[in-house]
Amino acid sequence: MDQALTELGDYISDTLGDVVIAKDGRLGELCLTVKREGILKILKFLRDDANCQFTTLLDICGVDFPEEDERFEVVYHLLSMTHNQRIRLKLRTDEDTPVDSATSLFNAANWWEREAWDMFGIAFDDHPDLRRILTDYGFEGHPLRKDFPLTGYVELRYDDEQKRVVYEPVKLTQEFRTFDFLSPWEGVQRMLPGDEKAEGADEDAPEKEAS
Amino acid sequence: MAESEIKSYNINFGPQHPAAHGVLRLVLEMSGEVVDRADPHIGLLHRGTEKLIEHKTYVQAIGYFDRLDYSSPQNQEHAFALGVEKLMGLEVPVRGQAIRVLYAEIGRLLNHLMNICAFALDVGAMTPMLWGFEHREKLMEFCERACGARMHMHYFRPGGVAFDVPQDLLDDIYAWCPDFLTILDDVETLLTENRIFKQRTVDIGIISAEQCQDWGITGANIRASGVAWDLRKSQPYDGYEKYDFQIPVGKNGDCYDRYIVRMLEMRESVKIMQQAIENMPGGPAKSIDHKVTPPTRGEMKHSMEALIHHFKLYTEGFKVPAGETYTAVEAPKGEFAVYLISDGTNKPYRCKIRAPGFASLQATELLSKGHMLADVVANIGSVDIVFGEIDR
Repeated sequence: MDQALTELGDYISDTLGDVVIAKDGRLGELCLTVKREGILKILKFLRDDANCQFTTLLDICGVDFPEEDERFEVVYHLLSMTHNQRIRLKLRTDEDTPVDSATSLFNAANWWEREAWDMFGIAFDDHPDLRRILTDYGFEGHPLRKDFPLTGYVELRYDDEQKRVVYEPVKLTQEFRTFDFLSPWEGVQRMLPGDEKAEGADEDAPEKEAS
Repeated sequence: MAESEIKSYNINFGPQHPAAHGVLRLVLEMSGEVVDRADPHIGLLHRGTEKLIEHKTYVQAIGYFDRLDYSSPQNQEHAFALGVEKLMGLEVPVRGQAIRVLYAEIGRLLNHLMNICAFALDVGAMTPMLWGFEHREKLMEFCERACGARMHMHYFRPGGVAFDVPQDLLDDIYAWCPDFLTILDDVETLLTENRIFKQRTVDIGIISAEQCQDWGITGANIRASGVAWDLRKSQPYDGYEKYDFQIPVGKNGDCYDRYIVRMLEMRESVKIMQQAIENMPGGPAKSIDHKVTPPTRGEMKHSMEALIHHFKLYTEGFKVPAGETYTAVEAPKGEFAVYLISDGTNKPYRCKIRAPGFASLQATELLSKGHMLADVVANIGSVDIVFGEIDR
């Protein structure tokens, strides 16, 4: 990460220390993890502060980590054309907790949030018009969640007798195939079954061994 | 004469309307012939690209990028290839970079030709379509000669390009450039000072620079509003800093300025293409790290290792170290970016596609409110939207 971006990250986390949880600069991209409640505060600061001027909200998207407590990550990408800098903000939420909508600060947020709602079911508070956007009228489910199957649940067909398009449960003529390429030989723990007994009653002994 | 009350009524514009540029369903609330509210319904071309990419290896995923904005497939591939390279820390040989720049600019020409000609057709000029598409066809032939596919090239790979280009192809592209500039002149004589064209476009759909930033509009649209913002200059990638070109900037941010900016951009693109061919470096066109790029057929005949690499690459693919990146390129429609999250396996964990047209289309109401119904068509044509990338 270059000097200016590091300084910018420090400046933001110093000024809004109560909102910024973590700061990361891997691959030369500044990424701040923020508290869910503080998102509007930091977005407003980033937009209006003279040293930031992130006046363009480029993108809002969701990411799904189903195995974690707060499974959704909402990611904001902002651009400052004045300072030629980019920044990424992240926050965590779950299926039930809404995130404050950024539409009051950026008009661009409107559709991106509708998309995040449509694809993941992330709810946004005070959004003027939180409808589905990309999926069909009357669609059920949130397709980009990791537990939504790639093939979906329904398929469409034109029914000649009813003279209209009808929905039917999806039927696969060939079984859906996924291949697991995670090699069993990589990341194997150098421990033979039974070795843990030699360590005595120590519970976390296998982990020590692995590291 | 008694005053009659004008009732407001709704018009469904599209999804099968030639001026809707694909499958836009626009619900317009009109009072008389003036637009009160415009609500675009999108998603009729939604194919679940992002979900599909999560189930494909990195090289397989490139094909989906071609099918986003199908009028300039190269530029989309470019963003994805750069993103993967960034995650892997992969170096691209200079020849590979130059070929990519050359074809990215061909993509820009393909896109702008399509946009300007279709836009002109929307507002009543038919001839540019006939002339422009003749040259669009020639450009697609250049694409075919490089990789075998006219449109969906699958050409920009992580580590370089799929195949090296032969010298006679470069010579032919170079010879084509001046011809193309004369066609641009001809199209300009038809449109730029044309009274009807100007009546349909000047002062229609004005957006200010602040509004552009607020709505996330990038690319030629924001440049038409007077902001000299081009990622090729401000955050150069693949050696764009070595090329000498200008950024055309408009003044008023109306449909006419957007047209002018695109016309001028095509001339700059031709300049870049000529420079790329003149200074085409030698060497390999793709990375020689065969953990990422496939070995040549010849090598595989005698090298066991090459054979193993080939087998591994075309079954498992390559693994990308865990991490995340937001990589943007200046696509013809604006900032096209890929937010790529890798979990260290051979498939992306999440691949968010930031489509520039999505943001531009969102501003339809802003552009069209208070205008006539016919101006909606001009607005949609001038902001340059293609539904492949908006619906994904």
